[in-house]
Amino acid sequence: MSSDLDPVTLAVLKGRLEQIADEMDATLYRSAFNPIIAEARDACHGLYHAETGATLVQGTTGLPIFVGAMAFAVKAVIDKVKREGGLEEGDIFLFNDPYEGGTHLNDFRLVRPLFREGRLFCWLASVGHWLDIGGNVPGGFNARATESFQEGVRIPPIKLASKGHINHDIITILAANSRVPQSNYGDLNGQLNALDLGEKRLIALLDDYGDDIVLQALDAFTLRAETLMRATLRALPDGVYRFEDRLDNDGVVDEPLTIALDLTIQGDQMILDFSRSSAPCAGPLNIARSTAVACCYVALKHVFTDVPANAGCLAPIEFIIPETTLLGVSPPKPVGGYTETILRVIGVVFGALGKAMPDQAMAAPFGTINALSIAGQRADKSPYVMFSFFGGGLGGNPETDGLNHGNNPISMATIPPAEILEASYPIRFTQWALRPDSAGAGFHRGGLGAIYEIELASPNDANVFLLGERGKFAPFGVNGGGAAALNQFHWQTEEGERSPPMASKITDVKLKQGQRIRLQSPGGGGWGSPFQRDPEKVARDVRLGYISSARAKSDYAVIVNEAGEIDQLATNRLRQERAQ
Amino acid sequence: MSGLGKIIGVDVGGTFTDLFYFDEKNRQFQTAKVPSNRGDEAIGFIDGLEKLGQIADFSSIVHGTTVGTNALLERKGAKTGLITTRGFRDVLEMRRRDRPKTWGLWGEFVPVIDRDLRLEVDERVLADGTIHTELQIDQVKEAVAYLRERNVESVAIVFINAYANDANERLAVETVRALWPNDHVIASCEILPEIREFERASTTALNAYLQPVVGSYLAKLQQGLDHKGFTGSFHIVQSNGGVMSTRTARRLPIRTALSGPAAGVIAAASIAKEAGFSHVITGDLGGTSFDVSLIADGRSVLAAQTTIDFGLVVRTPMIEISTIGAGGGSIAHVDKGGLLQVGPESAGSRPGPVCYGQGNERPTLTDANVVLGRINADRPIGGKLQRLDVEAAKAAIETFIAKPLGLDVMRAAEAIIRVANAKMAGAIRLVSIERGHDPTRFVLMPFGGGGALHAGSLVRDVGLKSALVPRFPGITSALGCVIADLRHDQVRTVNWMLNQLDCAALDHLMVREGQAAKEIVAAAGVTVDSIDVVYELDMHYMGQTHTIAVPLPVSLNGSSTGINADVILKAFEDSYRQSFSRLLPNIPIRIVTLRSAAIGRRPAFDLAALAPHAGADLNDAKRGQRSIWFGDRFHEASVWSRLDLPIGAQIMGPAVLEQDDATTIIDPGMSARVDPFGNILIESVV
Repeated sequence: MSSDLDPVTLAVLKGRLEQIADEMDATLYRSAFNPIIAEARDACHGLYHAETGATLVQGTTGLPIFVGAMAFAVKAVIDKVKREGGLEEGDIFLFNDPYEGGTHLNDFRLVRPLFREGRLFCWLASVGHWLDIGGNVPGGFNARATESFQEGVRIPPIKLASKGHINHDIITILAANSRVPQSNYGDLNGQLNALDLGEKRLIALLDDYGDDIVLQALDAFTLRAETLMRATLRALPDGVYRFEDRLDNDGVVDEPLTIALDLTIQGDQMILDFSRSSAPCAGPLNIARSTAVACCYVALKHVFTDVPANAGCLAPIEFIIPETTLLGVSPPKPVGGYTETILRVIGVVFGALGKAMPDQAMAAPFGTINALSIAGQRADKSPYVMFSFFGGGLGGNPETDGLNHGNNPISMATIPPAEILEASYPIRFTQWALRPDSAGAGFHRGGLGAIYEIELASPNDANVFLLGERGKFAPFGVNGGGAAALNQFHWQTEEGERSPPMASKITDVKLKQGQRIRLQSPGGGGWGSPFQRDPEKVARDVRLGYISSARAKSDYAVIVNEAGEIDQLATNRLRQERAQ
Repeated sequence: MSGLGKIIGVDVGGTFTDLFYFDEKNRQFQTAKVPSNRGDEAIGFIDGLEKLGQIADFSSIVHGTTVGTNALLERKGAKTGLITTRGFRDVLEMRRRDRPKTWGLWGEFVPVIDRDLRLEVDERVLADGTIHTELQIDQVKEAVAYLRERNVESVAIVFINAYANDANERLAVETVRALWPNDHVIASCEILPEIREFERASTTALNAYLQPVVGSYLAKLQQGLDHKGFTGSFHIVQSNGGVMSTRTARRLPIRTALSGPAAGVIAAASIAKEAGFSHVITGDLGGTSFDVSLIADGRSVLAAQTTIDFGLVVRTPMIEISTIGAGGGSIAHVDKGGLLQVGPESAGSRPGPVCYGQGNERPTLTDANVVLGRINADRPIGGKLQRLDVEAAKAAIETFIAKPLGLDVMRAAEAIIRVANAKMAGAIRLVSIERGHDPTRFVLMPFGGGGALHAGSLVRDVGLKSALVPRFPGITSALGCVIADLRHDQVRTVNWMLNQLDCAALDHLMVREGQAAKEIVAAAGVTVDSIDVVYELDMHYMGQTHTIAVPLPVSLNGSSTGINADVILKAFEDSYRQSFSRLLPNIPIRIVTLRSAAIGRRPAFDLAALAPHAGADLNDAKRGQRSIWFGDRFHEASVWSRLDLPIGAQIMGPAVLEQDDATTIIDPGMSARVDPFGNILIESVV
């Protein structure tokens, strides 16, 4: 321990500082206008190091993927200030540049310096997902974008406020470039509220404890996270663990893209080398380096849950993410489908770590956002855009079967109720159900994916857009567990049912009144050999309709009728055969 | 019940059953604390009553219960079936697509109704209330036969968009009841006619799941009371802090989910108001948790819903109570990173803290309080144990905390207290400062067995005005049962635009809802001074998903409420401004939900009845001195018998005030004063 602070003061300060970030989160959720922040909590706040931008403190409620990306956003502002100078108390920087701060154009970052006695003490930052920032597809998930210009307006770090005075011209420019200016304006104000509150609280805390004590504590937290991470890595066997997975295509060219990881454990260090991954692609499935690092951080936090959320835990990790791969692209390569790529990156980190620590291995979660937009006019000709993303099964793990119908590792977003969607848009759900036989088989099977079937109720035609994945390469199982079902999307036409030529990506599907679309999401992969699963549990799965009796036989070697009654003799015989 | 009677409040908790007896005529009261009998709570209940007199003499019993909550947490409800719209049987299991924890993807969810007992029928209502598909009654009949064959005890019926038009759902529930005489059949429109299918389905299903359990528990209590010749009224406290008849409780057991804690908040609000404080933060420190609730302007905040356990969502108005895992039994440990943590793991009441000598070896918050001398080891509360084992507590702190941190045992114990205080202070800040309340205007009301041990530090840490320790901190919830008003809530989703509002239709609906609620309160069989009907609208700007609660300044007055659009607009803008800084004048406003509540005001409870005797004398209250560790050293603290202190007595810290149900610590630099009701007001002297 480098600091002289007693452990009790440290524990108290840790709680108080985290609470400041939590309060900033809560302020934005409550005052935001758009449901992606208000309901789905697609936002994050924290405190960042004055010189490096490294994460000092994060809230406990922020969106997981932002938790990793924010340090890059703050660093981008630090670099700008270094280049151009002129940083003053009361300045606020705004930007959505995904190549500087990670993720995609919808995510607006506000970064504000905190001064103490004329000197920069640290940075406060806020990020939130705005509903629409222009581009070809309402809501931004344009599966056919080949340049970021088709995805929306890109704003590099600029001063929204100088010495506390907001430049309203910038707000006017932002408003002119969105389909929903009012919503964006509401969210911007929510983020400003959050920063105001954060500053007020932090100053009160600094006055209470003194700047030096708080600085010492911040150093100590970072060091502790690093110590803990190193101890965790040291406990893993040295070696190189390789894992690969694939994306269906980039939405423009129908060829699979490989995400390959060579994970090296060397004493208390780890190298994450993505060099063998595919080259940058034509469509929107690229990500910037900062996004790649951020999602590795998310993956590690899901595996090592007790390592604290600050920069220290990344210190023992070296990232190799060449610009020649789709994980380290520069402008103007499109990045709007980043959600799909990072889910695959997170999956390969799980997969590679699972090889290093098989007793803790976890099968793949469903692994696709399925960003769906339905746009058209109601019966009274008023326009609407329904945007939502969907759930699926989580992976089987050493303790339990995977969770049915969960959210993705990158978020804690809840799904809007069918009744709210039906009351808001001219659609009717004809099915909202678990998807049988969608989970990977295993000693602990995966969680089930879902079936969502939607009928257009308006007499006016609608356009449907989908950006999804896992249409060709299923979520993997581990330790002998099976893969889950593929993602599927269908729509009705007068000539019969159709599915997208690019698996789960499509733009401008025309839908008429009474016609339906059907999305069937993957489950999670299975954990451990399905032949070891207790036949009683398999029978229960059949009785509850989670799996069919045919799959009980083919995947689990259990002979059971639809009522859930086991034929014990036949089962024993079949399991023996399979064992040989 | 006419005029003045003998009322008993009974709060059955996980560890103790607390009772408060009040003889209205003679203005006499009595308290009792007996061990709860987990699994058969009726035994502890009757035992407790008998300690306080002849059960046949009592005129009214009001009960706060955790039987429903425990049945949910332990999944010990009845075998339940669900009948729902074709295509939607999995709503209950799919939840809102969440997961148990932010970090870590393990864990699963088992719904209270298995998938093979969730049946679909053809029927469909649209969002605007239009019937798209008529109910296929034959399918309902088949479903009933199927469920009966499988020995299902209760049935929930939840149809999509039933909040907009309940015709199909009502037809289904009538069909089921006609075929199957069973008290435990409930439709979602009878419990929560509100938009959001998962929340409605979950609330309805959990209610059905509890009906047989709570029903048989209440029947057993009633039987026990009948057997003892009890002829008075018997009521249950709801999560909203109001009292309901046992008949209503059997039909809507889900409304008892926070029964006991809600009663505590009601008592706290009432005590504080009498003592002259309208802004209060309550802090109930029990064995496993610290429950915080905020009272502003004399009113507690009602939350629209809560989550009992992952995926078990209950949407019914309830007093907003935030819980953190820091209680007397919370275990202290040093984590892998070398940081001291307290909780959330708890030793509970069994085996309990190390000093209880019942098998737990890891130090708890209570152990730290004992080692520091803050709790008197020779006078444990509750009367179950003779003496607390200080040496064992010391050894545990030495091994698990002091050595790893390089501290001596006293400093380690002090550290446990400080970390726990910081957690509790955090919980208080979350409900107060974070919501825009200025802490300097609030008093802390600590109760439960341990609240008053930590009051001084919490006041200082959060910057609260002072702490008000009620006369009987350990039985506050039981007192709340005696004080609470009767209450019945109704909710109805309307989705009406304010600028196109048919005021006559809204008025008509408000009258109908208000009268229905009023009738239920009137039928409860308790004398009330008056029945007030209050209304609230959930409203928002078009396009928002969250709503704000807008209290309306009108009440039920004969056949009209006098509501109009201007009144609503003004009320909305006032409420909106309180929550957020700016109005959005050009965006249309929508009324999402009408909430109506009937409140039967009980005759005021005169808290002066609890006040110290006129003849009390400070000298008689003195019990001597004890060494207590504060900060970095021992202090000589004066020790007092709290209940013997006279009105106006002023005690300087360090001091400790002892009574059977709780211990109050006055930190150095703080002082305590006994107010005219016997409460202790703790303030900083500086």
